[in-house]
Amino acid sequence: MVASDWGGRIGLVLLTLVVLLAIVGPAFEPHSPVESIGIPGSGPTSGAPLGLDYLGRDVLSRLLAGGRSTLLLGLAATALTYLVGITVGLMAGYARSLLDPVLMRGVDVLLSFPALLVMLLLVTAFGGGRLVLVCAAALVLFPGVGRLVRTATLEVSTKSYVEAAVARGERTAAILRREILPNITGPIIADVGIRFSWSIILIASVNYLGLGLRPPTADWGLMISENRQIISTNPLALLAPAIVIAVLIIAVNLVGDAYVRQHERSGS
Amino acid sequence: MAVLPETSSPAVAEITTVEPVRGSNHPVAMFLARRIATGILTLLVVSILIFIATNILPGNVAVVVLGRAANATTIHHLDVELGLDHSAVSRYLTWLGGAVHGNFGHSAVAEAEGRSNSAISATLGTPVRNSLLLAGITTILLIPLTLLLGTIAGIHAGRKLDHLISIPALIMGGLPEFVTGTVLIYIFFTKLNLLPPVDLLSGGESPLSDPKAIVLPVLTLLAVATGAGIRQVRTGMAETLQRDYVQVARLNGVAERRVLTRYALRNALAPSVQIIAQNMQYLAGGIIIVESVFAYPGIGTYLVNAVTSRDVIEVQAAAMILATLYIVINIAADLIVLFLVPKLRTGAA
Repeated sequence: MVASDWGGRIGLVLLTLVVLLAIVGPAFEPHSPVESIGIPGSGPTSGAPLGLDYLGRDVLSRLLAGGRSTLLLGLAATALTYLVGITVGLMAGYARSLLDPVLMRGVDVLLSFPALLVMLLLVTAFGGGRLVLVCAAALVLFPGVGRLVRTATLEVSTKSYVEAAVARGERTAAILRREILPNITGPIIADVGIRFSWSIILIASVNYLGLGLRPPTADWGLMISENRQIISTNPLALLAPAIVIAVLIIAVNLVGDAYVRQHERSGS
Repeated sequence: MAVLPETSSPAVAEITTVEPVRGSNHPVAMFLARRIATGILTLLVVSILIFIATNILPGNVAVVVLGRAANATTIHHLDVELGLDHSAVSRYLTWLGGAVHGNFGHSAVAEAEGRSNSAISATLGTPVRNSLLLAGITTILLIPLTLLLGTIAGIHAGRKLDHLISIPALIMGGLPEFVTGTVLIYIFFTKLNLLPPVDLLSGGESPLSDPKAIVLPVLTLLAVATGAGIRQVRTGMAETLQRDYVQVARLNGVAERRVLTRYALRNALAPSVQIIAQNMQYLAGGIIIVESVFAYPGIGTYLVNAVTSRDVIEVQAAAMILATLYIVINIAADLIVLFLVPKLRTGAA
């Protein structure tokens, strides 16, 4: 398990903390996350331990309210990334036809855009709604998964158990699902962590730029940019969301790394 | 955001698997020609995608940029001014034809406001120069820093010095740029009052006239890019030091210093070239958000402003420039790798 080394253990603890914060946080909001309760940009008080934001709203309440969307959007984008990536990779890797080069050139073209540029183009075209953010992040990230799955599929599909299944006359869909997919999960799972943290970062970046979720939504990325003007009066309004995002990303990376280390050790 | 380009390019795989072209005495020239041809083809596809993405909602441009001034007459007038009354295909061809000559058409917002100098090309020069300056300075610092710190960490793998370098690298490399940037602004502006939080350059002023303005953007890009690079260089170095030929050299009594420089370093650095290439490519995307964090007047800020004001014609121009930069860096990186790793050049891998 990932908990068997220090990096993994620290990662798991931090990840659990942030996930708890995001899930049960909204139940503990001391104030409304969207209502002004005092002078904008004022520092911490006993009633508002993280101070007030640029509109006089409680920073702690907004921090507690903003985690759910960050995690859920990231999870949705990661799930979609793998759904599309695995489908494309399996099809390209198993089809010994024109389908393979066509899919892979498509993947190459997508990889020749900077990630954030793709996000911004889609936001320009379709606006910054939740669905657009999730689809855009998946569009940026699925090519990597597709390539990975294709390579693994190519390797596995020459194995005798696959040839046996072909000889038995099984349908292609059944072969892909029952023979190939279970045997390529190792390399696929190895970087789920990285892709999850990338989805969070990509979506948070668009929100930070003010092109994603609209105010007054409480979102960690958006909180950092909307409070820029009060950095000298209440820096906590920016630092608190920045730190939670940082901890979340570091935790996900630590757990991912620990999993890979563990996998390598048991594999060799 | 350390979203580095995935396996930066197919170049290495291509070269090692492709048989040397028979009858050709210039495999490198052949490779270069093919690489540039694919690059141009990719750019063509990229330009179509950018055009589609920015034209997917038809007629929307004039309505959006005119805002409250929109009525049948003004919309029609602006459509004619911007050529929006033509078919999508003909608009694409006109745009592409212009873009090849560096003419990206007229800003929709400027046209709507009736400004006389609405040509985009005239306003693009300064942002592009500023961005190249930012990326250039970062690259110059990035390469030695990544190699040096990565090598040191690799040599001391598993020991104190390694942890001292690797742990901060792990943290920095994973963080989004806007988090790193915000923390740097907090430290250097709010706490120390040393550096300006945002670039306050006026109009056409070059960032060189106020070097302070460029320090924090460069630091942010460096933190993210070196963070990701150091880990990879470290792994390469640590693995090379475990190789048989290094062990044999040590057992033969070759001085440790010589083992490192003659045996390990050279072999370890070959894959590092690719890592650096990846990092340079990262910069083409990373500047978008870093410039916005610091309001640095480059092409990234230009793009974000264009998206915000829904000026699709400016978005097209900025997106095309950034995508071109990305592809050019990719080709240049492949060439550098090719020249530094002779194994690939001769095809005798």
